[in-house]
Amino acid sequence: MIDYEELDRMAATERGNQQSFRHRIGVCVAAGCLSSDAQRVKDELESEVKKRGMNHICQVRGVGCLGLCSGGPLVSVDTQNTMYQNVTPSDAAEIIDHLDSQPVRHLKCPTDSAFFRRQVRVVLENSGRIDPERIEDYISAGGYRALMKVLTELMPVGVINELNRSGLRGRGGAGYPTGLKWSTVAKAPGTQKYVVCNGDEGDPGAFMDRSIMESDPHRIIEGMAIAGYAVGANKGYVYVRAEYPLAIKRLQAAIKQAQKLGFLGENIFGTPYSFNIEVRLGAGAFVCGEETALLASIEGKRGQPRHRPPYPAVSGLWGCPTLINNVETIANIPPILRNGSEWFASIGTGKSKGTKVFALSGKVKNIGLIEVPMGIRLEDIVYDIGGGIPEGGRFKAVQTGGPSGGCIPEEHLDISVDYESLREIGSIMGSGGMIVMDDTSDMVDVARFFMEFSMSESCGKCIPCRVGTVQMHDLLTRIIDGQATEQDLKLLEDLCEMVSSTSLCGLGQSAPNPVLSTMRYFREEYLEKLVDPLAVGLD
Amino acid sequence: MRAFKTDVDPPSEDKRWRIVNATMRRHGYESHALIETLHTVQEAFGFLDDTALRYVANSLRVPLSQAYGVATFYHFFSLRPPGKHSCVICMGTACYIKGGVNLLDEISEAYNVQAGETTEDGELSLMTARCIGSCGLAPAAVLDNEIKAKLTPETALKEIRSLIDND
Repeated sequence: MIDYEELDRMAATERGNQQSFRHRIGVCVAAGCLSSDAQRVKDELESEVKKRGMNHICQVRGVGCLGLCSGGPLVSVDTQNTMYQNVTPSDAAEIIDHLDSQPVRHLKCPTDSAFFRRQVRVVLENSGRIDPERIEDYISAGGYRALMKVLTELMPVGVINELNRSGLRGRGGAGYPTGLKWSTVAKAPGTQKYVVCNGDEGDPGAFMDRSIMESDPHRIIEGMAIAGYAVGANKGYVYVRAEYPLAIKRLQAAIKQAQKLGFLGENIFGTPYSFNIEVRLGAGAFVCGEETALLASIEGKRGQPRHRPPYPAVSGLWGCPTLINNVETIANIPPILRNGSEWFASIGTGKSKGTKVFALSGKVKNIGLIEVPMGIRLEDIVYDIGGGIPEGGRFKAVQTGGPSGGCIPEEHLDISVDYESLREIGSIMGSGGMIVMDDTSDMVDVARFFMEFSMSESCGKCIPCRVGTVQMHDLLTRIIDGQATEQDLKLLEDLCEMVSSTSLCGLGQSAPNPVLSTMRYFREEYLEKLVDPLAVGLD
Repeated sequence: MRAFKTDVDPPSEDKRWRIVNATMRRHGYESHALIETLHTVQEAFGFLDDTALRYVANSLRVPLSQAYGVATFYHFFSLRPPGKHSCVICMGTACYIKGGVNLLDEISEAYNVQAGETTEDGELSLMTARCIGSCGLAPAAVLDNEIKAKLTPETALKEIRSLIDND
């Protein structure tokens, strides 16, 4: 049976193995870098090492996301404290040649820049530092210690208290207090309970959860096992988009490794607690990010939401109490229990604790995955971390929250990034997509883009969403085509109000948000497209 | 009680049905294995036809209407055979901001095919994805399972042409 000592020994062995190499090279093998040829870079590095007979002193391994996707493929040489960007397979020889001297200058990625300096890594602490396909590497980074501590030292209620003190809120977008959710499930009557991890990351422009699952899959397993213990569940499901084959593969491999070492299965760490995890595939339906739709999908049905209450915490999967947490929320659990709630609560603002991972993209120089403390100013993200707008473009707006969120204009750039402040100005934290737009973007067209998304992703169950999104999309198209009058704009506003207040689930309720926020801050772009009713008549 | 076998015979001798059957067996032929099983069918056969839907529905004892309902509800499932080559244009926000729509329009016009359809000669299926999560490479497309980065309509058309010509 594995105890602390055994865990320490495993970690020490792994660290010893790593330190026995004079040089350690990590190649980012997350989806972004892989799609810009990282696999060939890794192969080439390996063959160069072999050619020089350096196998025993130089280790080449795949690591998770290194963050700066726009600089991919990224290669890090841990022993030189260096990161290389835009590496091509033909650079491999030069990198190996320079291992014992100064790093290759023209490939160097400025790791002292604000992009790296201003980040605070909690969820992504292992990302890019460990090999996601080896459980030993996760253990060497302190993995599974939190689970062991929880199972051997804490009562379930103690875990929930710790979580309550940490102030962690759901990272899926709504920001519901996680501890409160856990305690509702824990208190719900019933012997069979479930834990579900929502990895159905559907927002266009969001790839945080994918990166976490690809870069550090064991963190999800550990987090879910802790959740299961706290709420009294013995079975968990990770629901992952079918569009993320690499994340699925790594999670499945990680589950097998954890089962083999007894971190999943019967009597974990010799305690009476048993827990197992199964991966379930989504099939391309955005609405399945909504919790009741997701549950229907796991049950093998069409992903259509239902009325709440009863909430899944009381009646979820197959009618049993079910805890549903987003990937990033689950990923926060192990560090909170390892380092304590006080540590976690010391990061962030009064009501929004900890960090948030964003997928920063669009018209900004540094594109990639960033993790920042809650309460950071939006301006710092765009200009400091993001490096500003490329090619002399002019900043226009930041879009957060995807099709449920809004556009934030320049006048609000100094806003603090936390749940309440973002909601106040008509956007939301969302799951973490953050898309920067410059003055080439037409905001009415942006609104239509999101409306088209909501329209085609509407599941069709309730009328306000099914019909309303189509009508709003048509009105937006008429405005763009110069066919709309002031009357139409008024109608659009009324529809927004109606759809958001009467739709069944979050998809419909938030579908008007992109329209509302662009109307609020970029109204002149709507007005200038309107025509005189008489002119339409003449057409 | 979980079942460990089914009395429904596979539609043909085709060995791929064994793979399908293995997925259902792993889930004890329970109805909640429907989506997982349809994934396996699509992976093995490329799409879901009537025969497959009937076989899966019967084996898992779900009404055919439910199997059909699920197959048509989710974008990932296709009821028609795919073209020889596939082109999936990313319609995520980052790609949209950087001109992903132009890619779609130009390819659609050049090959006279709408998104979600296959050309008449069966050479190319044109599809859209909600966001392939490669926002750093925007605008991006997936050609025959390979991600192509920072495309313009011209480079995209060139890549597709070389795929088709290289057969």
